[in-house]
Amino acid sequence: MKFVDEYREPELISQTAAEIRRLADPHRHYRFMEVCGGHTHAIYRFGLKDLLPDNIDLVHGPGCPVCVLPMGRIDDGLSIASQPDVIFTAFGDMMRVPGTHGNPLEYKARGLDVRIIYSPVDALKLAKANPDKHVMFFAIGFETTAPSTALTVMRAKAEGIRNFSVFCNHVTIIPAIRAILDSPGMRIDAFIGPGHVSTVIGCRPYEWIAKNEGKPIVVSGFEPLDILQSVVMLLRQLREDHAIVENQYRRVVPWEGNRAALKAMAEVFALRSYFEWRGMGFISQSALRIRESYSEFDAEQRFDVPGVRVTDPKAAQCGEVLKGVLKPAQCKLFGKECTPERPVGALMVSSEGACAAYHNYEHRKSLVATPV
Amino acid sequence: MCLAIPGQIVEITPGDEHCAIVDIVGVRRRVNIRLVEDEFTAPGDWVLIHVGFAMSKISEEHAVDQMRMLNILGENEAAMEEVRGYGLEDADRGP
Repeated sequence: MKFVDEYREPELISQTAAEIRRLADPHRHYRFMEVCGGHTHAIYRFGLKDLLPDNIDLVHGPGCPVCVLPMGRIDDGLSIASQPDVIFTAFGDMMRVPGTHGNPLEYKARGLDVRIIYSPVDALKLAKANPDKHVMFFAIGFETTAPSTALTVMRAKAEGIRNFSVFCNHVTIIPAIRAILDSPGMRIDAFIGPGHVSTVIGCRPYEWIAKNEGKPIVVSGFEPLDILQSVVMLLRQLREDHAIVENQYRRVVPWEGNRAALKAMAEVFALRSYFEWRGMGFISQSALRIRESYSEFDAEQRFDVPGVRVTDPKAAQCGEVLKGVLKPAQCKLFGKECTPERPVGALMVSSEGACAAYHNYEHRKSLVATPV
Repeated sequence: MCLAIPGQIVEITPGDEHCAIVDIVGVRRRVNIRLVEDEFTAPGDWVLIHVGFAMSKISEEHAVDQMRMLNILGENEAAMEEVRGYGLEDADRGP
């Protein structure tokens, strides 16, 4: 199959790329951050950088849940798994993320009961099927995933299930964007906003980015044409020197978000006063914990969690890559000690991690003729 | 984790709280529809599914595009593995 066939509308792609060239001021250098790891994956897969002029840089953001989780949290979760009669459950993405003494799959190989699940309700199902065991769900994800965990916890409470808990690592996207804007030396001109997170939170929470920071933001779909159209929308705003929130992904994202999802999250979760992000340090009010009214389902209340802090391997520069300061290939370990087969840092694990995406597709070049 | 999986609602199961049987490329699974109920979801509707929960209603056209995207991104196998995994080993039977 020729790569060019994979574009749904090659003419429109070429036209949009030409429009980008027309709008981009050749005397200016643009840095646009795509916040979501799904966008990062799509950008590499489709070779979209090759369709952009050299003075537009796409900077990869922090929107990959396994990538931003500090190693200490993985160690904490695995310490619960090591207690007697505990079944450790997590999504597949988590299973190869290294902790200090191995990843969850390696713990399984050592005899611990570690299981991949695909939905939090299945962890609950597992708890019902194993009344003599305790089932702990290692929850990760941004606002896309948090409502599912919330609804599962509500169901556990309604059904009076006592052998189920959640080790909550849900994080929120807005404080991460704020931390990026506040980091010294960080210059981002505009944002490509996350698609599926926005189906939950809507577009309103981004308004401060435009109003107070003066940065345009466009919530974008994942198709190549979506991403290129979002770049056009950002360039138009910058050219007209105004900053607003625009929704390019209207076919999925409602401006107000998903009320039922927000309600479920508010019912079960409260904001943590601070949470550690890999490479970004502690960010205030950037993560969710389980409310007191549901504390019986909070693994951190039920178990003695050591609360370890582990610094990343010195040579790995995950933090710099996460903040967009370094490109993946500029990290000393990239492609040498750290590969998708043997990841040192989490960015090399998930397909949404900038390093894995870059590693898998770096040699692929878009075959769409460069538009003039 | 960001890429959601499209499916078509086959049946809204009575008595089973907020659940529907959804067809995802020929595989039928029980999916929670609590988050799209406000949109008056009915059999025949297409939804985007994320970790066993329908997150938004979408058009059939978008569902087709989304499946194509998963294919191109090389995520289709992971997506189907996820779908088959819903409900654990004693999950609902496929068609």
